[in-house]
Amino acid sequence: MNVLSRLARHRFTWPLVALAALLLADVLHTPTFLNVRLQDGHLFGGPVDILRNAAPLLLVSLGMTLVIATRGIDLSVGAVLAISGAVACDVIASSSKPGSAGTVLWAIFLGCAICVVLGFGNGFLVAVVRIQPIIATLILMTAGRGIAMLITEGQITTVNSPPFATIGGGFWLGLPAAVIIAGLIFAAVAVGTRRTALGVLVESVGINPEASRLAGVRSTSILLAVYAASGLFAGVAGIMVASNVAAADANNAGLFIELDAILAVVLGGTLLTGGRFSLVGTLIGVLVIQTLTISVTIQGISGSVTPLFKALVVIAVFLLQSPVVRSKLRRRGGTAPPVAVPPALPTPSSDPVTGTAPETGTGPGTGTETDGARAGKVSS
Amino acid sequence: MRTTSPGAAPLVRMSGISMHFPGVKALDDVDFQLFPGEVHALLGENGAGKSTLIKVLTGVYQPTAGTVSVDGVEQKFATPAQAQDAGIATVYQEVNLCPNLSVAENVLLGREPRRAGGIDWRAMRRATREHLAQLNLDLDPASLLSSHSIAVQQLVAIARAMVIDAKVLILDEPTSSLDAGEVERLFTVIRGLQEKQVAILFVSHFLEQVYAISDRLTVLRNGRLVGEFLAADLPRVQLVSKMMGTSIQVLEELESQPMRMARSGDEGAAVLTATGLGRRRSVNPVDLELLPGEVVGMAGLLGSGRTEVARLLYGADHSDSGTLAVKGRSQRVRSPRQALRLGIAFSSESRRTEGLVPDLTLRENIVLGLQARRGWLRRLPRRRVDEIVARYIKELDIRPADPEALVRNLSGGNQQKVLLARWLAMEPDILILDEPTRGIDVGAKAEIQRLVSQLASKGMSVLFISAELEEVLRLSHRIVVMRDRAKVAEIENGDDVGMDTVVELIAGGAKAS
Repeated sequence: MNVLSRLARHRFTWPLVALAALLLADVLHTPTFLNVRLQDGHLFGGPVDILRNAAPLLLVSLGMTLVIATRGIDLSVGAVLAISGAVACDVIASSSKPGSAGTVLWAIFLGCAICVVLGFGNGFLVAVVRIQPIIATLILMTAGRGIAMLITEGQITTVNSPPFATIGGGFWLGLPAAVIIAGLIFAAVAVGTRRTALGVLVESVGINPEASRLAGVRSTSILLAVYAASGLFAGVAGIMVASNVAAADANNAGLFIELDAILAVVLGGTLLTGGRFSLVGTLIGVLVIQTLTISVTIQGISGSVTPLFKALVVIAVFLLQSPVVRSKLRRRGGTAPPVAVPPALPTPSSDPVTGTAPETGTGPGTGTETDGARAGKVSS
Repeated sequence: MRTTSPGAAPLVRMSGISMHFPGVKALDDVDFQLFPGEVHALLGENGAGKSTLIKVLTGVYQPTAGTVSVDGVEQKFATPAQAQDAGIATVYQEVNLCPNLSVAENVLLGREPRRAGGIDWRAMRRATREHLAQLNLDLDPASLLSSHSIAVQQLVAIARAMVIDAKVLILDEPTSSLDAGEVERLFTVIRGLQEKQVAILFVSHFLEQVYAISDRLTVLRNGRLVGEFLAADLPRVQLVSKMMGTSIQVLEELESQPMRMARSGDEGAAVLTATGLGRRRSVNPVDLELLPGEVVGMAGLLGSGRTEVARLLYGADHSDSGTLAVKGRSQRVRSPRQALRLGIAFSSESRRTEGLVPDLTLRENIVLGLQARRGWLRRLPRRRVDEIVARYIKELDIRPADPEALVRNLSGGNQQKVLLARWLAMEPDILILDEPTRGIDVGAKAEIQRLVSQLASKGMSVLFISAELEEVLRLSHRIVVMRDRAKVAEIENGDDVGMDTVVELIAGGAKAS
């Protein structure tokens, strides 16, 4: 009971429960969902799909985590993502040898470099000019898609370049290349922040900028670096997205990804007020959001209602994480242990907290029981 | 008029109050009563339970056991709003107002006079002026709160508290950021309220002030009631010993003994020389010299330019006139980072906003400066960090001695020690301490004073800024006096220098040096 109550309070518990519940719902609908098979030396299956589709969001969210840890926010990542795709596709499309590795590398480099510069610009506005982050990055959020449109001249630039297509759709060592790239960058950021002092310095700037400055922390450089990193990761994500569809779509590439990224970061337990951040938490948050997106598709629900389900899952997880709600549940539950809430998050479609979701018939058989028990706790 | 007649009915009676938090008994069976028209001081060291008792009275906490009655009616305050409705108003240590609203909006927030569905601004300004007039404050109600000094903001907070026609006014460390004149002004206000039969609960670390204003005293220690006393019957030394639970002799020794060590005589060249260092609209050009192993005290009222000088020396603000030489070499200090590299450390007077990183651990806070100096790439090896942290926890007796504790959860005195540990770990040659003992308990204060004189005897130069003249006199070899944003005097400290000498200089009665 003690272990359980501590578990219930751990910040990763509820996001992980949500993830498990979503996967369970998928398996109930499609029993083979979790099967992974090897075909032509490549891995296929539901989990692989989730990971591959999550790669761009993970990259964007990594940068967002660092930015949020400094008390900031980067709204421009979606637009930056579109710019990098546009630059890369433009370079390849206008090259005489679109299939050569050299062209592709140059395209990737140029796409990412421009994004670093854009991120640096954000950092400059925040750290030097001292514009509030939400405003500073809003500028590029709105202007960025215009820039991408200028580059693509208002068209969807399609490219035919096998090496370029590998990044988003290809396989390395049996795994999707995008997963490997995102994994490597995740590891690099984890090592770069936690094996060095960067992580703590970022947190200290986020918690108390003035005290950090007086302690000799280079807060300006740290802010610049963090926003530049966010730009870079959005750039890499943009290359991935463009490569996946072999085209640069300035209007729709990475649309609203900044919101998903912020959601993932917050789900992972990093507070918007800055300070302590958790990269693993962000990873979990990204997986929850991506699994949800895929689940909705699997269940045959129109993609246009996906945002509603996201909202439901997020509300459910936040309510369970909220100290206020937990203490209420505990009090109502009388002598029941604090984890009287069954440790199975109901699928969002039948969440009693909101209760407005359409019944999609996905709720597992046990779901109704646990829901009932929980609803009972709330009302008794 | 001191009303302490035992026959009168108490306005507030708290009996058998216990407050348990997981693992901590913050209050254990405490009784407390407050009579109308009295000033009652609540005393105790940090962690004695003063804040908890106040929070029980104001409805922030619900006690584990015990009862609270106001005006003879038993009350169970579930929220601060209920306590306010019962006539209990509170002014907290840190001004809890909205700096970017006007004075009138602050005073009447949530109680704005209305007309035709909107706010009647004219009535609001008029009402505010009346409320302020009761406290003898003449401010423009339409002016922004942030345009006034902290002291005035504090008085506005009291005006706000009194809007509800409070029967009980709780003042939690109201004087910690006020200078002597402002304290007197506050006391006049308090006495006025006393005449109107308001019961005032006064919490302060400044014992002189406690004695100057209080009728009765309640002392807490470790969550228990030590006793209730008439202020006139309890000598100051006895009070302190009751607060600390230590013997009187130790304290007397501590209080009377001058701590400054004799200087060796050949200090050598100055480590720091400021010549005409100033900043427009902040502080007039100042000359200042620090010798090795010397404690220079800086005295002056709040706003006299004490802190401003320190910030110029440290590069926290940029000077626009004058020169600074460190160890004989002329320097332009443009950032704290650069100052630290030159061996200058600065402990700010506002340790919460400019010193500590509250959500980081004790360990991370202590090594923050060291780590920042090394740069992010070269992380301090964990073993060295542990050594340093363990050493300073032991040397400064930081409690809890847990490197993983979050600094936000530490008491004021221990927070101050963590901050000091950060600077000491960087082994500076010059240490600037701005109000290092403000708002901390007597024991921690004495330890910090002792530490300062020890550091100086080992060769460190210390610039010691404090509003408390006793400690400046006790510690300093030389005393620099600031007034109206300028240095007005510099005197050698000695047996012939007393409080009166310095007070006279601060007040501007005499010209020295």
